[in-house]
Amino acid sequence: MLDLLLRALLGGLGVAAVAGPLGAFVVWRRMAYFGDTLAHSALLGVALGFLLDINLNLAIIVLCVGLALVLVTLQKKHIIATDTLLGILAHSALSLGLVAVSFLDNIRIDLMAYLFGDLLAISQTDVYWIYGGGLAVITLLVAFWKPLLAVTVNEELAKVEGYPVEAIRLLLMLLVALVIAVAMKIVGVLLITSLMIIPAATARKLSSTPVQMASFASLIGCLAVCSGLWASYRWDTPTGPSVVVCAALLFLIAYTLPFKRLR
Amino acid sequence: MNKRLVAFDKIGISFDGRVLLENIDMTISEGEIVTLIGPNGSGKSTLIRTLLGLQEATSGEIVRHKTLRIGYMPQKLHIDPTLPLTVKHFLALVRGVDKQQILPTLEKLGIGHLLKSQVHVLSGGETQRVLLARALLNRPNLLVLDEPVQGVDVNGQVELYNLIENIRNELNCGVLMVSHDLHLVMAKTDTVVCINQHVCCSGSPQHVTGHPAYQALFGVPGADESIAIYAHQHDHVHDEHGSILSDDGDAHAHCKHH
Repeated sequence: MLDLLLRALLGGLGVAAVAGPLGAFVVWRRMAYFGDTLAHSALLGVALGFLLDINLNLAIIVLCVGLALVLVTLQKKHIIATDTLLGILAHSALSLGLVAVSFLDNIRIDLMAYLFGDLLAISQTDVYWIYGGGLAVITLLVAFWKPLLAVTVNEELAKVEGYPVEAIRLLLMLLVALVIAVAMKIVGVLLITSLMIIPAATARKLSSTPVQMASFASLIGCLAVCSGLWASYRWDTPTGPSVVVCAALLFLIAYTLPFKRLR
Repeated sequence: MNKRLVAFDKIGISFDGRVLLENIDMTISEGEIVTLIGPNGSGKSTLIRTLLGLQEATSGEIVRHKTLRIGYMPQKLHIDPTLPLTVKHFLALVRGVDKQQILPTLEKLGIGHLLKSQVHVLSGGETQRVLLARALLNRPNLLVLDEPVQGVDVNGQVELYNLIENIRNELNCGVLMVSHDLHLVMAKTDTVVCINQHVCCSGSPQHVTGHPAYQALFGVPGADESIAIYAHQHDHVHDEHGSILSDDGDAHAHCKHH
């Protein structure tokens, strides 16, 4: 039992630590709906992974990146408004995923676990995946911090100054896809975005520089995971939603109490 | 002879079959201030965006000197309010910036005190100067300024233009400025290029205002009696709170404020 809880805690903390800084970028660039779309499509990745018998995490990453590329291409054509496009892709990908899963008669899939996460079902391998993927995300974030931020602040200025804007934008999508693949086990496809944006939005209240906001988002996410896990253990509530509820509570506290911004 | 930084060679841009610009010829040399004027929708911004590489020309070619390095000051700066950012951090984003230069550059523009301010709380004039600082930190030999005085009051405009002129004198850089306000720009500028999809006329300010194509677009100078130009003869400067700064208390005794 202790082993189980420890694994859950380790996994959850790993996910929260990377989801925070990336969530800050999602908030700054107003990509929340974009993140949702990628997350919803992850279920299709799971189904394909089972069908083709490949590693699920890998299938999810490949599908998310593929979808991100499709999105960018369609966006450039200006056929319909971006939010409509995202809505279409998000819900068709989710439905397609659900339909595909129903074809897998010989494999039993705990659908609820994929939709809402099951922190307590997390295995040793999952923990390795989380820390491997998480380390990759953090390394890339640190290495490309300045260009990522420059492109986020103002794409035109960045381009004139010679930053490779398109490549940086692609990198950011890749990072979001990675985090989704890694975080899915913990909070499920329907709640992943919340683990990215709620801690980041909470951190906004307390920070006056981008680095502060990114690191606070990590800490706040970890706090939400700890308290969510504890609540889930204490009252036997579903873990994923409990973590999100805790994150939302922290957000409320940050914005109702008169906290001073760090200088 | 100052070297030629940029030459536009018969640049044309059309979009969905609509012609935005055609046959634009224009050059900018080191140490030269060129002002691009034209009515709204005349293609001024499009032309600048082509030079900056943000837009492709449909025809023609832009010849850039191999040493060309552009400092770009956009019309305005929108930064998402969810992104906490101080002026210092904003300026540190310049690619390959020498961080030691940030404070001196701000001080040169008279806004050293804004170093630690959040970018979201700056006034219009302060934002313009921060953007100018960012352009300068890119170590340019050509400054491209898109409506640099937009949203700045008349006094502020005069100050900003003086600053730009000083920068030109100090760096001997070329300056390409977009404006829809002719009268305040003319005084400092070497060449005015008046465009309305094509180049209507270009030359020295005096030459351009006398040109029939210019008069057709903007009217004959002085013909509109409801607007007059008042040539201020300020012998004093104001501090940030609007009080008059002077060396001796009697400096503006002959100047009455109404």
